[in-house]
Amino acid sequence: MRLSSPNLTHNCLRIALFTLSLLLISLNAPLAQDAETAPDTAVVNTEPAADAAILAPLPAANVIAKDLPNDKGGAVLVSWELSPDDDGNGKVSGYLVQRSESKDGPFETAGNAVRGATKFTDNKTDDDKVYFYKVAAYFEYLDAADEKIRITSAATVTGPVQSSAQWFNMNRLYVLLFMLFVAGAIIFYIEKAKKGEEIYIRKIAGIDAVDEAVGRATEMGKKIFYIPGIQDMNDVQTIASIAILGRVAQMAAEYDTWLEVPVSKSMVLVTAREAMKEAYTKVGRPDALQDAQVHYLTDDQFGYAAAIDGMIVREKPATIFYMGAFFAESLILAETGNSVGAIQIAGTAMPAQLPFFVAACDYTLIGEELFAASAYLSREPRQLGSLKGQDMGKGLFILCIIVGVILATFDIWDMSVIFVSR
Amino acid sequence: MRRQIPILITTIAGLVFAISYFIPHDPFGESESIFGDWITIVQAFAVWLGALNLLKISFEKISSKSADWPYAAIIVVSLMGTLAVGFYDGYSGMAQDPQISFRDPGTNFDWLYRFIYTPLSATMFSMLAFFVASASYRAFRARNVQATLLLIAGFFVMGGRVPLFDMMISPITDFPVFSWFADWIMTYPNTAGQRAIMIGIALGIMSSSLRIILGIERSHIGGGSG
Repeated sequence: MRLSSPNLTHNCLRIALFTLSLLLISLNAPLAQDAETAPDTAVVNTEPAADAAILAPLPAANVIAKDLPNDKGGAVLVSWELSPDDDGNGKVSGYLVQRSESKDGPFETAGNAVRGATKFTDNKTDDDKVYFYKVAAYFEYLDAADEKIRITSAATVTGPVQSSAQWFNMNRLYVLLFMLFVAGAIIFYIEKAKKGEEIYIRKIAGIDAVDEAVGRATEMGKKIFYIPGIQDMNDVQTIASIAILGRVAQMAAEYDTWLEVPVSKSMVLVTAREAMKEAYTKVGRPDALQDAQVHYLTDDQFGYAAAIDGMIVREKPATIFYMGAFFAESLILAETGNSVGAIQIAGTAMPAQLPFFVAACDYTLIGEELFAASAYLSREPRQLGSLKGQDMGKGLFILCIIVGVILATFDIWDMSVIFVSR
Repeated sequence: MRRQIPILITTIAGLVFAISYFIPHDPFGESESIFGDWITIVQAFAVWLGALNLLKISFEKISSKSADWPYAAIIVVSLMGTLAVGFYDGYSGMAQDPQISFRDPGTNFDWLYRFIYTPLSATMFSMLAFFVASASYRAFRARNVQATLLLIAGFFVMGGRVPLFDMMISPITDFPVFSWFADWIMTYPNTAGQRAIMIGIALGIMSSSLRIILGIERSHIGGGSG
């Protein structure tokens, strides 16, 4: 070792390494390799053999390779116990995981794990082949020429192992059970409703106000704006929004009030137009619908907000609906609508935007109410039945929360584990 | 048939997605990424629908000289101008060695993006600060018990997010009252409320999805309720 290096940092590192070497010698670290271990030379660069032997960390123990459970195949989970040198003192920089199709090698690098890690997932396996793995702890440092030196420990070969795909993700069993319960309750109440049983649904002020809001626009002879959010049709909130639009459009068509739907996605444009056409046809006024009522503005979030703000300020609509997925533009839109004195009804399942809508709008449909609105407005028994089933699901969750709190309080069982889905 | 086929497609696609959540094995395991690719392709083509609709509506406004036709003219000029610059940069970039894309730094299109689009977007976003102030003013007026509680919670949360309030109270107590209370409000009552809303949303999505899969809800495909 050259202690006369001009670089002070490197000198310090050298001294530290030297001290570490002495420490390892004094601890009489086992350096011998048994018959099952394969000697592993430095991967990046090599130092003189004496240094490598002294600085090589103790190997990781109890290496196990098994098929990654609950996956679609093509992955093996390799786990191990930490090297005794991996105690946070910098003697271990990480772990090198190597794979081979034969016990005797040659082994290729499957990946690296950081120090302190005890498992690694190899995502590049072939389900038709068997593999052998070995895991080596390594110590890495820069030499005087700034080259990275890696010194690896001995490594035991483990295997064979073969990856495979599973037909059921057991981690999601409880989710399936909850889903079946809720779906069963929904279908049960839909069937009950079909038989003509009366179903009580609590009043939702925001949805009840829809009629009033449309009526107000009619009386004032002003427009209604319906903003379906900034997400595309693959978002369930947009689907719920279009369903509500259908109901609102029916009312607007009946009252002969101009309903304008500026959209930010082309697919929403087509879908909203279809929903409007159906609504106007249903009330016998298909000729009253004009192309300009549903129109595209822009995909851009703030461009869309700017365009709608401009429309609100210029045209001063009597009523504005905000239904769907909104982000930062929620308050920009709602405050502008508020400033022109429009009656505003909002509905979203974006928890972060709810406070803004509550502050700036007259009525807000909170979360689940957005999804219930279409069924509620339709007054159709089968749709109302689905809401009742949804309430049963809510009842189950309330029960679980109460039982979970009691069990956790008395330290009996952490029930939250069954709600964790991976 | 016009209604039955979309309902059938919706039902099959809905069931495949629901099943694929629980079955990692092919073909279900790959279905989400396959459908995701399809959605991306359809969305890419659908952009033209939107652009053409925008042009059509704008031209109609200009030709009929409706109230806000100058804005429509600005839209048409901006849209066509940006398109022309993009095509020009793309075409001229192909002739260069090495070839450059119209989105690369230094192109005219990049100039439009950096010096027109970005400042305009930033302006809209920055207006949020003023809207938050005006909305907060209305929300925090102590008109009833709930609004008063909101005001108190808001006072402590805002006070706890800046060191000034804890510093002001330090002559009385070393304990950071404001930041502790702000953290407590955000960690417990706020998290509990948010989770309650999230559970409701999850159930609502489930109920909506079932209505769609079973063909009871058809408004989104222009079919009204079943």
